[in-house]
Amino acid sequence: MCYNANKERTVTMQAVDVSHIIKSFADKVVVNDLSFSVAQGEIFGLIGPNGAGKTTTIRMMMDIIKPDSGDVTILGEKLSEATKNKLGYLPEERGLYRKLGVLDSIIYLASLKGVDAHSAEERANELLNQTGMLPHKGKKIEELSRGMGQIIQFIVSVIHDPELVVLDEPFAGLDPVNVELLKGMLFNLRNQGKALILSTHQMNEIEELCDRILMINHGRLVLYGNLAEIKSRYRSNSVLLEFEGELGEVPGVAEKRTHKGYVELALDGNATPQQILERLVSRGIVISRFEIATPPLNEIFLRVVGEDHE
Amino acid sequence: MTVIVPLIAVLLIGVSQLVSGIARPTAEAAIIGYVDELGGFQQYTSQGNITLVRFDTPGDATDALISGDINEYFVIPPDYISTGVINRYTLEKQLTASPAVTAVINNFLLNNLLAGKVPAATIARIEAPLNVVSTRLTETGAVAPEQGGYGALIIPFVFSILLALSIIFSSTYLLQGLGEEKENRLIEILLSSVSARQLLTGKVLGIGAAGLVQVTVWVISAPLLLNLASSSIGGFISTIRLPPNFIALAVVYFILGYLLYAVISAAIGAISSSSREGQQLIGVFTIPALIPLWFTSLLMFLPDNPVWVFFTIFPLSAPVEAIMRLGVSAIPAWQLVASIGVLVLSIIGILLLTTRVFRTYLLMYGKRPGVGEVFRSLRSG
Repeated sequence: MCYNANKERTVTMQAVDVSHIIKSFADKVVVNDLSFSVAQGEIFGLIGPNGAGKTTTIRMMMDIIKPDSGDVTILGEKLSEATKNKLGYLPEERGLYRKLGVLDSIIYLASLKGVDAHSAEERANELLNQTGMLPHKGKKIEELSRGMGQIIQFIVSVIHDPELVVLDEPFAGLDPVNVELLKGMLFNLRNQGKALILSTHQMNEIEELCDRILMINHGRLVLYGNLAEIKSRYRSNSVLLEFEGELGEVPGVAEKRTHKGYVELALDGNATPQQILERLVSRGIVISRFEIATPPLNEIFLRVVGEDHE
Repeated sequence: MTVIVPLIAVLLIGVSQLVSGIARPTAEAAIIGYVDELGGFQQYTSQGNITLVRFDTPGDATDALISGDINEYFVIPPDYISTGVINRYTLEKQLTASPAVTAVINNFLLNNLLAGKVPAATIARIEAPLNVVSTRLTETGAVAPEQGGYGALIIPFVFSILLALSIIFSSTYLLQGLGEEKENRLIEILLSSVSARQLLTGKVLGIGAAGLVQVTVWVISAPLLLNLASSSIGGFISTIRLPPNFIALAVVYFILGYLLYAVISAAIGAISSSSREGQQLIGVFTIPALIPLWFTSLLMFLPDNPVWVFFTIFPLSAPVEAIMRLGVSAIPAWQLVASIGVLVLSIIGILLLTTRVFRTYLLMYGKRPGVGEVFRSLRSG
């Protein structure tokens, strides 16, 4: 399932526009001439192997570090202190003041985003209630479990109603219930027209949530665009078939691979899936599933990273 | 720590008063017996709260001591005039007489020895022959407006101790705060909300405000503590006076000294991998702030030594040294200008260097960069 952005929404500007950014640390180029954009009202996936430069790219978008060259435009503006209040960020390496109470932590960090104490408390109660964390609001951070702490961090990243939210590995350490809860909240934000950037190694989450993706490796762009288009680009020209009856030889099928409960038919270079379907129907075979096979994102990831490595 | 320091001072004063026996000076009337084997010691038996009672023999006096009629007794032997020996007898373990008892016996003997031989006024003078009143003159022969002495030293000395303590505590707080934020990875969230410069400024001003509150509490509690201590230092309080321009210079040096150590702490906090490592590193820098306190007595006896000029201008020791020297002697204007100038330039310089490395190293977890790496970062910014 892929959730698309609200097409009816008039998009006046990109939420993020990154143009030819380069960043080096101690003579090592970590991000190399990277350009991409993220629209408002979409969930954008940022993927890549460890050390690919994802966190450095995110830090440059968050104005935590400056690019050596290139431009980052957020919500149509050059990055500035004023822009920061419109950004929400859940870093991969996270933590809170261990001795501080839950509510106090949220209110303090919201105040750094320009939210007054009264509004912050009101919104914090709302979000704590939404996430089932209200009974814990009087506790100290150190009394919370890791997953609970993560929910609090997520609340901190959205309490100021940001236009752009960047989430680095948001599902790590969460139980399945909280993963679903978080996904629901991300869709809500997306439906409100917010732009979300999701960086994770969990490809199934990317496939489920994201409209478009950017894959980087060694600091360079290797895949970028609509997820469905990318998957179709990497499809292996085969179809998946569940049926009743005897299949026999089918003209146009180069190879037949049997899996548990279904058969994968690899087509030769001349036949199209449509022709294969017609041939099967004409033979009177009862078909319960006919699907053009697209590789899972995980496979594409491994293939691209592998090719890039060679 | 804000409240603990005055409380410790109260405790120390209380203990010292208890130990010296001054906490209850002569509140309890004491009776001291004596046996006059020489003869002629009959007068002046009432000395404040202590009464002296004459016994005919040491045996009578011992009986009275055992029965509790007297607290102790002494014997004036026949050869007292030639030897000066007085034999004292007590039931207490402590054999040395308290200062109050010694003074009473001393006055009793002196008065009786001189009675009728010299005028009473002369006796009083012999009891306390010396009361030096010094006056400092200027080079023109006029009375100097700043008279020096211990009275002028006490406030600068106390203030310099407080300043050194405040610098050390504030630096530690700042390092702990930054260390915790680095260890908890909070720094990334903070830097996504505020700039590195804002974070640095906030840290310095926030901890500075806490430091100021601390010093204010100490300064307010100081007169109360001095009052408490007054019984042990007598009329000394009345001699306390502030050196000229002291308050203005104290404020200037407190602010500059604090800022210098705050920016150094921030730089160390940025490059340290943990708050513990940061505290080890900052120790190297806080020692110079303490050096002037170690040499207090040398400063009092040799106030014009050129070494003090160096400590006054060297930025790490300047705040504490300058404040201490104000109480001992006048600091030439050029030294004050040089001292404050070097401090200001050091603060600006370290602040500029700190802002260059602050952002980079705040995000570097787990390992401390080498000196060469830090210098490379300073160059590349």
